[in-house]
Amino acid sequence: MPAAGKKAEAQAGKKQVHLAAQLPGIHNVTVWSDSRSRSQIAIDSFIRLAQTVERGKFDFFFLAEGLRPREHKGQVYDLDVVGRPENLTVLSALAAVTTHLGLAATVNATFNEPYDVARRLATLDHLSGGRAAWNVVTSFDAFTGENFRRGGFLAESDRYTRAAEFLDVARTLWDSWRDGDVRADPKAGDFLLPGAGRFAHRGPHFDVSGRFSAPRGPQGHPVIIQAGESDQGREFAASDADVIFSKYNRLDEARDFYRDVKGRLAGHGRAEHELKILPTATAVIADTDEEAAAYADEITRAQVSPQTAIAHLEAVWGRDLSAYDPDGPLPDVEPEAESLVLEGHSVFRKGRGETARRWRKLAEERGLSIRELIIEVGGGQTFVGSPRTVADAIDHFVQSDGADGFVFVPHLTPGGLDDLVDRVVPLLQEKGVFRQEYTGTTLRDHLGLNAPARDTRPVPGERPVRSEKEAS
Amino acid sequence: MTGTPLHLAVALDGAGWHPAAWRAEGARPGELLTAAYWADLVTEAERGLLDFVTLEDPLGLQSAAFHRPDERTDQVRGSLDAVLLAAHLAPLTTHIGLVPTTNVTHTEPFHLAIGIATLDHASKGRAGWRPQISARAADAALFGRRTTPQLTEEDVRDPELIAARLRPLFAEAADVVEVARRLWDSWEDDAEIRDAATGRFIDRDKLHHIDFEGTYFSVKGPSITPRPPQGRPVVTSLAHASTPYEFAAGGSDLVYVTPHDHAGAEAILAQVGEAVERIGRNEREWPLKKFADLLVFLDDEPGAAARRKSRLDELNGGELASDAEIFTGTPGDLADLLLSWRTAGLDGFRLRPGTLPHDLAAITRGLVPELQRRGVFRTAYDATTLRGHLGLRRPDSRYAHRHDRPSAVPSA
Ligand SMILES: Cc1cc2nc3c(=O)[nH]c(=O)nc-3n(C[C@H](O)[C@H](O)[C@H](O)COP(=O)(O)O)c2cc1C
Repeated sequence: MPAAGKKAEAQAGKKQVHLAAQLPGIHNVTVWSDSRSRSQIAIDSFIRLAQTVERGKFDFFFLAEGLRPREHKGQVYDLDVVGRPENLTVLSALAAVTTHLGLAATVNATFNEPYDVARRLATLDHLSGGRAAWNVVTSFDAFTGENFRRGGFLAESDRYTRAAEFLDVARTLWDSWRDGDVRADPKAGDFLLPGAGRFAHRGPHFDVSGRFSAPRGPQGHPVIIQAGESDQGREFAASDADVIFSKYNRLDEARDFYRDVKGRLAGHGRAEHELKILPTATAVIADTDEEAAAYADEITRAQVSPQTAIAHLEAVWGRDLSAYDPDGPLPDVEPEAESLVLEGHSVFRKGRGETARRWRKLAEERGLSIRELIIEVGGGQTFVGSPRTVADAIDHFVQSDGADGFVFVPHLTPGGLDDLVDRVVPLLQEKGVFRQEYTGTTLRDHLGLNAPARDTRPVPGERPVRSEKEAS
Repeated sequence: MTGTPLHLAVALDGAGWHPAAWRAEGARPGELLTAAYWADLVTEAERGLLDFVTLEDPLGLQSAAFHRPDERTDQVRGSLDAVLLAAHLAPLTTHIGLVPTTNVTHTEPFHLAIGIATLDHASKGRAGWRPQISARAADAALFGRRTTPQLTEEDVRDPELIAARLRPLFAEAADVVEVARRLWDSWEDDAEIRDAATGRFIDRDKLHHIDFEGTYFSVKGPSITPRPPQGRPVVTSLAHASTPYEFAAGGSDLVYVTPHDHAGAEAILAQVGEAVERIGRNEREWPLKKFADLLVFLDDEPGAAARRKSRLDELNGGELASDAEIFTGTPGDLADLLLSWRTAGLDGFRLRPGTLPHDLAAITRGLVPELQRRGVFRTAYDATTLRGHLGLRRPDSRYAHRHDRPSAVPSA
């Protein structure tokens, strides 16, 4: 870690934990069959969860995105929660009923245009007083593309070049107004400075120009989040993001990922504290470790029902396996690597042949049934135990550089993070690794990010026209 | 209330509809992009029991010229996304309808449809929508993926000429509205079953591909957002000429028109009626509400509103021009006018306050009590949804019946 970051942490004693929460989207984390499970659509669910984690002083609230219901064997996948509202719209509503919590939206760079996305994010930043964040994702598949004007799918190799240029254009737009461009001086009759908002960008993916209609938001630029795990994705995060999500929530794997990604920052002229690494995590909390373990087991089995186990296997095998017994051994037939039975899910796209071989080996070695295997490879729950056990484990994970914090996904909507907030957060505060109170008002403040500083460049009479890459 | 109730909406835009409104006494020009400013306005409108507020959204930077950008620095410039603004206002209010404008020429129909559906969920059934085409060729360069007709000085003198030049954009906009309506219907109301016995969260037979294939784009569906509380949020459009009347007749629940007197209102409503007929819409099954737009300056003291307007005209360097009739006077005068115009067949009015918050408060605290005294306006909300306020029933999903009912709208 470079000197500045190290020094800041040495002063604080220990590394500070960052906490985020996600209202679960479309996957089998949500145990919707639980009688305490409520709507994943009703605004009251979002308000309840957001206000709970704001009470817990979390950094931000996050929403994932999917732009077409998944289809399994040609029909809408029906075993998990289906249906979600539009992210930025929900977060704009939440901005009215929260005061400090960061509000992070996943917005795809493939099925959108920079002017629109930049303006919507600037709007959220204004409405929330500087709490907006954008998780830039790059799904590219033709299946989702069928919902969009371009029929919009990209070659896989183009998705990150489009995303990088998309982000570059967005930053050009956010920088096209400077702080102070809005004068609003009724006596003098000057509402704005001449030329405010003027921009131009020409590149392989975008050729855009004109004047941007959203003046600079409180954060200048919303916080940028990235969630890719390929080499390209990690480079994109190292060069361009403030936060990277990952699925690596086992300490050994997480430390490898952490080292790799932090190691890439220097190559982009950035310090290690400028990119926060936040794996997705779950927490199962009970009075004692034993009770928590039993509860975790119960949750995991509800998450992987017999039908879900077969469906996951089918997604990897690329064929119908409904005749197989979920409590029996793996199928004797081989996977069909070419056919896709599950559409709209990035995880089951690549390397399925290799995944199947690994699963078969694991099942044989351990004598696992289909369902037991799916439970095993699903990873179960991240943190399980009494509040003390969970607080210690979170702290240990962060101090040993497995992560800078976590995005917690509850298995129940919306009450699923109550215990974490009410019973674990106070222990983290006691340890001095988590804030007692918000010390700033913007998400950048919570994350300890200073870039980009408020724009203080002198205002020229004529706006410079930024062309491709000139500024980067 | 005696007789049919009058419907009232206000159109909120920046500091008000006079270009110099931001320099008026009581204006808050430094706060036009803050949440608090809009919260104050919409709660005031709700206090006045209005049916709904509309929120403008120019998408591109505002301009004094209809068809091209300008370089003026003495008028309000800069705006927020209206759908997000409306969503922000939803938890701060309980009854008033929220009707954002969106551009439909450069945006994605799928995103628009789920945004408005989400607004309906977030407001528990108070969402409307005003789809608007992009009349400025310069807007196309903001997106860089197409060009649109460049209107000339000649074109913009006459609404019929404008509409004729932009006809392809209206045709495309009709497709956008049709796609949105199908996406809202693409989940049947009872699609979510949470059937623990079979492990199924939804009944997949109640989600439908919309399979829209048009001249301009295609959309597969289904929506990712379940059917909104109103079934279909209320679609509204502003129209000044035959093509937009047809657009309204084809896909809107409510049309704003801009007559300048009673006779003008009659003439326009007749044209709207003809458009309805040409389209083949059955108004008994699917009514089209008609609102007249008026730009208003209101003061209790006779003459004060006109003086206020002249001062602003002076500051702006020219007399205010508008597509809508400009009214200056007292709330009592305005009440007289509204009640006389409505006999042409209008269901209500959308008032554009000349200055904010002044003319909004004059509407809610002056005009509304005056209309209540005359027994033509509600004294309390009796519904919680926008459809409820307007007396529009909640439609069934078109996919909810095995036997496909013929749609009232030919899909363009
Ligand atoms: C925690 C996490 C959250 C993600 N959320 C989304 C999402 O909401 N929408 C989406 O399309 N992809 C999402 N992704 C997928 C990533 O954006 C990315 O496509 C995936 O990790 C593969 O990227 P890669 O090709 O760079 O490895 C998420 C990934 C992770 C790890």
